[in-house]
Amino acid sequence: MSLRSPLGRVLGTGSAKDGTGHWWAQRVTAVALIPLTLWFFLSLLLLPALDYETVRVWLAQPVSSLLAVLSIAVLTYHSYLGTTVIIEDYVHGGSAKVVSLMLLRFLYVLLGGAGILAILRVAFGSLAP
Amino acid sequence: MPVRARPLSPHLGIYRWQIGNTLSILHRLTGIALALGIVALSYWLISLAGGDAAYGSAIRVLWSPPGILFLVGWTFSFLYHLLNGVRHLFWMPVMASNAPSGT
Repeated sequence: MSLRSPLGRVLGTGSAKDGTGHWWAQRVTAVALIPLTLWFFLSLLLLPALDYETVRVWLAQPVSSLLAVLSIAVLTYHSYLGTTVIIEDYVHGGSAKVVSLMLLRFLYVLLGGAGILAILRVAFGSLAP
Repeated sequence: MPVRARPLSPHLGIYRWQIGNTLSILHRLTGIALALGIVALSYWLISLAGGDAAYGSAIRVLWSPPGILFLVGWTFSFLYHLLNGVRHLFWMPVMASNAPSGT
C-alpha cells in the first residue's frame, strides 16, 4: 500500500517537489555543450593567429556570433546547475545556504550577460570606448 | 534549539578508496575549475569588445606564466569533464531500462 496521495502520484515530482527538472536540464545542456564547446575550441585552434583583428573578424561573422552567444548561454546555465548542487551539498544552515545560492545565481547572470553583451558589441561593430 | 549528538549514517572514512569515487570527485573538481574558466572566458570576450589595447592587455595576462598554468589546467579540466560527461550520458539508457515505469 502506498501512503502517497493520489495528487502526489499524478504530479510525479517526489518529495523534493521539483521532480527531474534539474537533472534533465543538466543532461540537455550537457548534450548541447558537446558540439558548442568543440566548435569554439576548434575554431580558435584553426585561426591563423589570436591577435585582435583576426579574432574580431572571426567573432563578427554571423555564424560565429550566434554560436558564441549560444555557447555562453548554455555554458553558464549548465555551470550554474552544477555549482548549485555543490553548494546544496556542502553549505548548511538556512541563511548561509539561501544567501550563497542567491549570490551564485546573480553572479552567473552577470557573467553570462556580460559575455553575451561583449559578443554582440563585436558582432554589431560598436566602437571601442 | 539544542543540538544533540544523533547517530550518523556511515561517512567517507569507512569506505575503501576506489577508482569510481576518484573519477566522480575529479568530475566535480574539474567542473569547479571550468566554472572559474567562465570568468576568464568572459574577461577575454569583454576585452575583445573593448578594442585593441584592452584585448592586448588581456592576452598579456593570459599568456603570463600563471595564466598559461591556468589555461593548461582549464584544457585538462575541459577534456576530462567532456569525456567523463559523455560516459555519464551513456548510462542514461541503462538507468531508463532499470527504472520502474510510471507512478
